[in-house]
Amino acid sequence: MLQFILKRLGLALLVALTVSFISFILLFLSGDPASALAGESATDQDVAAIRELYGFDRPMLVQYASWLFDALRGDFGESYYFRLPVASLLAERLQVTMLLGLCGISFALLTAVPLGVVAAIRPNSMIDRFALFLSVAGQALPSFWFGLILIVAFSIKLQWLPASGTATWKHFIMPTIVLGYYAMPAIMRLTRGGMLEVLSSDYIRTARAKGASEGRVMFKHALRNAIIPVVSLAAVQMGFMLGGSIVVESIFALHGAGYLAWESIARNDLPTVQALILVFSMFYIVFTFLADVLNAWLDPRMRAG
Amino acid sequence: MRKVLKSTAAVLAMTVAGAASADKANDTLNVAFTKELENVDSYFNSSREGVVLQRAIWDGLIYRDPDTNEYEGNLATEWNWIDDVTLELKLREDVTFHNGEKFNADDVVYTVNYVADEANGAKTQRNVNWMKSAEKVDDYTVRIILKEPFPAAIEFLSGPVSMYPDEYYAKVGPTGMGLEPVGTGPYKVTEVVPGQHFVLEKYEGYHDSPKGQPSIGKIDIRTVPDVNTQLAEMFNGALDLIWQVPADQAEKMAQLDQFNVVNESTMRIGYLTLDAAGRTGEDNPFTKQKVRQAVAHAIDSQTLVDALLKGKSKVVKSACFPSQFGCEQEVTTYDYDPEKAKALLAEAGYPDGFTTEFYAYRDRDYAEAIANFLNAVGIETEFNMLQYSALRELRASEGTPVSFQTWGSYSINDTSAITSQFFKFGDLDDARDPEVRDALAIADSSTDPEVRKENYSKALKMIADNAYWVPMFSYNTNYVFNNDVSYTPTPDEVLRFTTMTWN
Repeated sequence: MLQFILKRLGLALLVALTVSFISFILLFLSGDPASALAGESATDQDVAAIRELYGFDRPMLVQYASWLFDALRGDFGESYYFRLPVASLLAERLQVTMLLGLCGISFALLTAVPLGVVAAIRPNSMIDRFALFLSVAGQALPSFWFGLILIVAFSIKLQWLPASGTATWKHFIMPTIVLGYYAMPAIMRLTRGGMLEVLSSDYIRTARAKGASEGRVMFKHALRNAIIPVVSLAAVQMGFMLGGSIVVESIFALHGAGYLAWESIARNDLPTVQALILVFSMFYIVFTFLADVLNAWLDPRMRAG
Repeated sequence: MRKVLKSTAAVLAMTVAGAASADKANDTLNVAFTKELENVDSYFNSSREGVVLQRAIWDGLIYRDPDTNEYEGNLATEWNWIDDVTLELKLREDVTFHNGEKFNADDVVYTVNYVADEANGAKTQRNVNWMKSAEKVDDYTVRIILKEPFPAAIEFLSGPVSMYPDEYYAKVGPTGMGLEPVGTGPYKVTEVVPGQHFVLEKYEGYHDSPKGQPSIGKIDIRTVPDVNTQLAEMFNGALDLIWQVPADQAEKMAQLDQFNVVNESTMRIGYLTLDAAGRTGEDNPFTKQKVRQAVAHAIDSQTLVDALLKGKSKVVKSACFPSQFGCEQEVTTYDYDPEKAKALLAEAGYPDGFTTEFYAYRDRDYAEAIANFLNAVGIETEFNMLQYSALRELRASEGTPVSFQTWGSYSINDTSAITSQFFKFGDLDDARDPEVRDALAIADSSTDPEVRKENYSKALKMIADNAYWVPMFSYNTNYVFNNDVSYTPTPDEVLRFTTMTWN
C-alpha cells in the first residue's frame, strides 16, 4: 500500500511539473507578453520598457527555469499586472473559490444523493422521471444562461437576492445553485445506478431475510456500498469546481481564483497564471490521488495498477 | 418592537420600490467598472478605469476644460516658458493633501523626478518620458525641465501627470499608493480591494478648483465583469450608474422610464492600416497606391456608423480624431464608390481582384462588415481574429497586409498622440514614408503652434493622398444611470464624479 501511494505521489508531481511547463510555453505562444501587459493604449516605448523590466527578451527556457527556481523556494513573485505578491493575491481569491466550491459540492451531494436513492427505490416512478428530467436539464443548461435566468427571476423580478458581489451569505446562494447543479446529474445517476445494482445483490436479500428493517437495509447496507464510486466522483467534481468556476465567478462578479486565472491569461500575467495553474493542478492531483487511495483501500485489486 | 416593525416595513417598502432611492438617501452613488483595475496609482496603470479614479483622487498642475478645450490653472496658478525646454510654474498656496500634508514645490519636484526616472518603471512611459526633471525655485515656484522641446507638455500636465505628496510617496511607493491612495483631488479614498472594490468620499477640504466642488458624498465602485449582470443590478437598484454599455443593450434601456441613457463620443477612431511599405512581401498588392485608394473607395463608413456604431459616432476622414490639435480636416477624401474601386483595382493590374489576409482584434461585427465591403469589390479576405497582444506582435515583427485597428489617443487632445505614434518608423508603421516622418518630427517638437499645424497638415495630407490608412469612424460610449442621478458626460470618455449630482 505504501509503495502504491509513493508511486502515485511521484506520478502526481510529474504531472504538476509538466502542466506548469506546457502552460508556460502556451502563454508565450499566445502573444507577446509585453504587449499584453502594456495594454491596448501602449506606445512602442511603453512595450519596450515593459519587455526590458520583466526580462521577456531572455530565452523562454531561462525564464521558465528562473520562475521554477523561485517557486520551489516558495516565492511566486509579484503579479505583473497588480504589482502585488502573487501569494497574497491567491490567498484572497482562493477563499472565495473554495467557499463557493464547498457550497457547490455540498448542494450537489445534498440534492443528488437523496434523489438518486429515492429514484432507485422506486424505479420508473414519477420521482424517478422527475430526477431524470432534472439531470438531463442540468447537463444541458449552459451555466452562463442558467445563471442569468436565476438573476432575472430572483434579483430583478422578485428582488430577493443580490445579483453580484460577495458581501453577504445571500450573495452566494445563486452561484452555489448554478455551480452545484452542474455537478448534480452525474452524482445522481451514479447513486441511482449503484443503488439499483446493490439492491438486487445477494447480501441485501440476506439482510432482508434476517429481518432487518427497510431503513436499515437501505442506509446501513445498500447506500454505504453504493456511495463508494460517488465519493470518488465527487472528489473529482470538487477539483473541477475549484478550477473551473470561471463562468459562474464572472457572471456573479465573485472575483475568485477562476476569474483571476481567466483574466490573467488575457493579460499574460505570467507569475499569476503559473501559480494558479500550479494550485489548480494540485487540487486535481490531491483529489484524484485521494480518490485513488480510497478506491485502492476498498478494492485490493486496484493496488497493483 | 415598534422599532423592529418600523424597520421591517422600511425594508419591505424598499424592496418593493427598488433599492435605488435608498442609495440617494445614503448619499452613495453605486458605480460598476467592467475591467479589473491593476493599480490605483495612476502612473502604474493603463486603463480607462484608472484615468477615472485619477481625475477624482488627484489634481494636475493645469486643467483643460473638457467643453471648451481651454487650459486653466489647477494646482498651478500661472505658467510660462523660460525657454524651449524649461517651464516655470507658480503654485497655489492653499492646497492640502487628503492626509494633511501641505502641497508645495517639494511635492512637484519629487513627483516629477520620480516618475520621469525610467528605472522607477512608470507603466505609461509616454505620459512622463518627455520630462527630464523638476527644480524648486522657491516654496511655491517650480521649473519642469524637458528632455527636448515638447509642445504637448501643457496637454499632458492637464491630463495624466498628477501631483503626489512627496513624504508619503517616498515612504509607500507605487504599491502603497495603489492600496491607500492620497491626493489633493475632490474625492479621497477610504477603501481599496485591488481590482474589485473602491470607495471614495467627498474631500471636504478641496481647494477652489476648476473641476468644481464634489456634490455626491460617497462613490462606491465595484468591478462587475458581465454586462448582463450590470444591467440586472441597475434594474434591482444595486447600481446607479454604468458606462461603456453596448449599443443594443443601451437602446433597450433607453425605452424604460427609470433610466437615462446618454451617448457621447470618445476619442477612439477605427481605421484600416495597409501594408504600403511591403513588409509582408514586395509583391503585396497594397504596396500599389491605386489598390489602397480602391480600398478607401470600397468602404461605406456612413453605413457602418448608421448600422453598427450608432450614437454620436462620426465618419472620420483624416488619420486623427477631429478635435485634436493639428488634426487637418481638409484632406483628400474617398467617397463610397464600389465601381470606382473596381476600376482602380483593374488599373493596378488586378482586374479580377485578389485574395489577402485580413486581421482584427476587437469588434468582430465591425471587422466582418468591413471585410464584406472589400469582398464586394473583388478583394477576397481570409479573416483572422487574434488576441490584441498576438496581433500586435505580428504587426511589429512581420506586418500584416491589412488590419482593422483602433486607437484612443489616451485622451490626449493633440495629433502627436496618434499620427506621430504610427508614422515615425516605429514597429507599427506600415507606411514607412520618410517625408511623413520628417513633417511629423517638426510638428512634434516645434513650440510655434503655427509651424506645428502646418506640418501636421502636411503629414496628414500625404497620408490621405497615399491612403496609407483608411480612417473610417469614431467610437462612442453609452452611459446609463437611474433617474436619481444627473450627469452630463464629456467627449473624452472620463467619468467625472465631481460633476455628478442627485436629482
